[in-house]
Amino acid sequence: MGYLRLYKKYLKIQLQSMMQYKSSLLLNTIGQFLVSFNVFLGIYFMMQRFHRIDGFSYEEVLLCFAVILLEFSLAECFARGFDTFSSVISNSEFDRILVRPRNEIFQVLANKIELTRVGRMLQAVVLFIYGISRSNVIWTKWRVLTVIFMIIGGTAVFSGLFLIYASLCFFTIEGLEFMNVLTDGAREYGRYPISIYGKRVLQFCTFVVPYSLIQYYPLCFLLDKNSKTWYPLLPLAACLFLLPCYGLWRLGVRHYKSVGS
Amino acid sequence: MRKYLSFFRLRFSMGLQYRAAAAAGIVTQFAWGGMEILVYRAFYRADAAAFPMTMQQVSAYIWLQQAFLALFMSWMMENEIFDGIRNGNVVYELCRPVDLYAMWFSRSMANRLSKAVLRCFPILLIAAILPDPYGMGLPVSVSAAGLFLVGMTLGLIVTVAFCMLVYGFTFFTISPDGLRIFCVSAVELLAGEILPLPFFPDGLRRIVELLPFASMQNVPLRIYSGNISGTEAIRAVGLQAFWAAALILAGRAVLNKACSRMTIQGG
Amino acid sequence: MIEVQHLHKTFRVARRDAGFAQACRSLFRREYEEIRALDDISFTIQEGEMVGYIGPNGAGKSSTIKVLSGILVPDSGTCIINGRVPWKERVRHVKEIGVVFGQRTQLWWDVPVIDSFELLRDIYEIPEEIYRENREELTELLNLAELLRTPARQLSLGQRMRCEIAASLLHSPKILFLDEPTIGLDAVSKLAVRDFIRKQNEKHGTTVILTTHDMQDIEALTDRIILIGKGKILLDGSLTDIPGAEENLDLAVANLYHQYGI
Repeated sequence: MGYLRLYKKYLKIQLQSMMQYKSSLLLNTIGQFLVSFNVFLGIYFMMQRFHRIDGFSYEEVLLCFAVILLEFSLAECFARGFDTFSSVISNSEFDRILVRPRNEIFQVLANKIELTRVGRMLQAVVLFIYGISRSNVIWTKWRVLTVIFMIIGGTAVFSGLFLIYASLCFFTIEGLEFMNVLTDGAREYGRYPISIYGKRVLQFCTFVVPYSLIQYYPLCFLLDKNSKTWYPLLPLAACLFLLPCYGLWRLGVRHYKSVGS
Repeated sequence: MRKYLSFFRLRFSMGLQYRAAAAAGIVTQFAWGGMEILVYRAFYRADAAAFPMTMQQVSAYIWLQQAFLALFMSWMMENEIFDGIRNGNVVYELCRPVDLYAMWFSRSMANRLSKAVLRCFPILLIAAILPDPYGMGLPVSVSAAGLFLVGMTLGLIVTVAFCMLVYGFTFFTISPDGLRIFCVSAVELLAGEILPLPFFPDGLRRIVELLPFASMQNVPLRIYSGNISGTEAIRAVGLQAFWAAALILAGRAVLNKACSRMTIQGG
Repeated sequence: MIEVQHLHKTFRVARRDAGFAQACRSLFRREYEEIRALDDISFTIQEGEMVGYIGPNGAGKSSTIKVLSGILVPDSGTCIINGRVPWKERVRHVKEIGVVFGQRTQLWWDVPVIDSFELLRDIYEIPEEIYRENREELTELLNLAELLRTPARQLSLGQRMRCEIAASLLHSPKILFLDEPTIGLDAVSKLAVRDFIRKQNEKHGTTVILTTHDMQDIEALTDRIILIGKGKILLDGSLTDIPGAEENLDLAVANLYHQYGI
């Protein structure tokens, strides 16, 4: 059976499980919504007071926040298995994964599909539509593609970061808190265009972790702010980030097999 | 009292065991703090006139917030207590010859204090050597320092007392997760975790400042930076004391109710 | 056939002592100690054999099982199972083995057992007829008919263990690893599990490797035992090789542990 069909079967089992806890599912979804709604309020209060930041208007900032939120929640929904991987390691579930005749990454991902993130996604979509409708984007074929590429690239980058986290869990499950800066932090601070943090942060976010390839540059293209014609392709280039992440994962699996749990 | 002290020691040494976690936590908090300050710097540059605090005050607020994160963060609730309530193990704690409220209260205090003590010094140290206005100086005056300490203590008590109220309500709800998420996000916004209260629109701010949430980290952090001082500061500390007492009384009442209900039902 | 030769495996573990002062000290310096989990382990198990693998906690039992199931790569030594090196051809190897990890479940917690079985069918790509046949046989022998519609979390320990065992045999593995299959079970379930394992071995010729602390499991199931202590094989033979086994097996094994200083 192909992996795609198997994935659907896993999804079915998890939907079934979730339906057993309907109230908690609902409240979690609302909770997820509230958490990012707070962030939205933060932006709203700030932009009410200051109106513009680094040349971006309130609606444009919202657009930026919406895209990041959508990418992050997509990654969290489908790559949640990586994000909660420390528990897979600490209760030896990974042993079980290894004695099943399927790809390890597939099993990790398929076994944890987090549908409560719909709460965030919905919010992201609403904010996105609002931002789009108010920020006078002139839609061309390339701009539409840019948005699609941004979502693909962003989801890939965040999934890659979760994958790094999971890979590190093979070595230690203590002290991985710093990864929050790169995942949750990117979501939190990605709410504003990265350029506002100054040149050095922008450089870091271009060459170390490719956040700005999925946020700042394509955003500039979308809003027609001193952009180059090849900016729409940058989010796709950001997908290459997955390669080193996967390398680290292979290394982690090898380590796990040599030391056990 | 000895009992609680030994509990604190136990927690503290448990915390020490995880040195990698502590180190990573410090790095994380430093990075968060740094980014946070860069956000405010950008807004300050955009329009300094619209800034309700000085940049220096904002920096001090943020660094203190990061350094003492463990004291005030609402999401740092005790999972053990939640699990205990859910799976009914709490009955065993009821059997012990201690006041449950005092025990949980001191446990939470110990947990938060031990985490904070481990983590605060490196962050404060780095914040102290950063150049103005992005670093953190000494308190503006001796009286501010004194009020800050009082405010910190009361702030911690209010935070823990609020968590206690949440634990208490957990007995009566079908979905502890839901209750928890709701409370946490309320605190997150209204206590000034996301945005210091002076950045709120004025009308809203005046109301929010009266709520118990504002008596958590908001008061001490703003006293230290000099954002509130004089009679205003004393009034704020007084309000903290009021909320601390009110929340403790309410928390005790809820927990007593829960306990009597549980003994009747037999767990 | 399982052929294991000169397996070695050493782990490095951080030493953690209790106490306040110790905790402070370990903040700056951490001490490690080396543990020899496997120290020159060799044995051969023929197809269709049932072997009891016993030893005190930390003796190296689970390390051996992990090597055999392809989860752990040894430092040195060889291990050939049905012509394959487990950790080199993981996917193909694990299709031919079934593993029951004592207290951990492989069933999906909140869904009826039958749904877990069906997902396993898809994971292992078991052809439909074979799956049906196996499921029916296992349902009958393990008396699962009533349980299949129940979510795993609502099963008692004994019921769950029966389902676990069935789950690990759906794909007709040639080798079955059982890690403490009777731990915590009531008397009825224990007997049922033992009875089933014996029948499975007789009917399908499944090779069974069983780790347990319960000497009655050994007595009921296996002719051959391998005793391991501190990573070394101390005894490989039949129960009758243990002095005093006839009168009181538990006591005899305890004496044996004592004699080897483990």
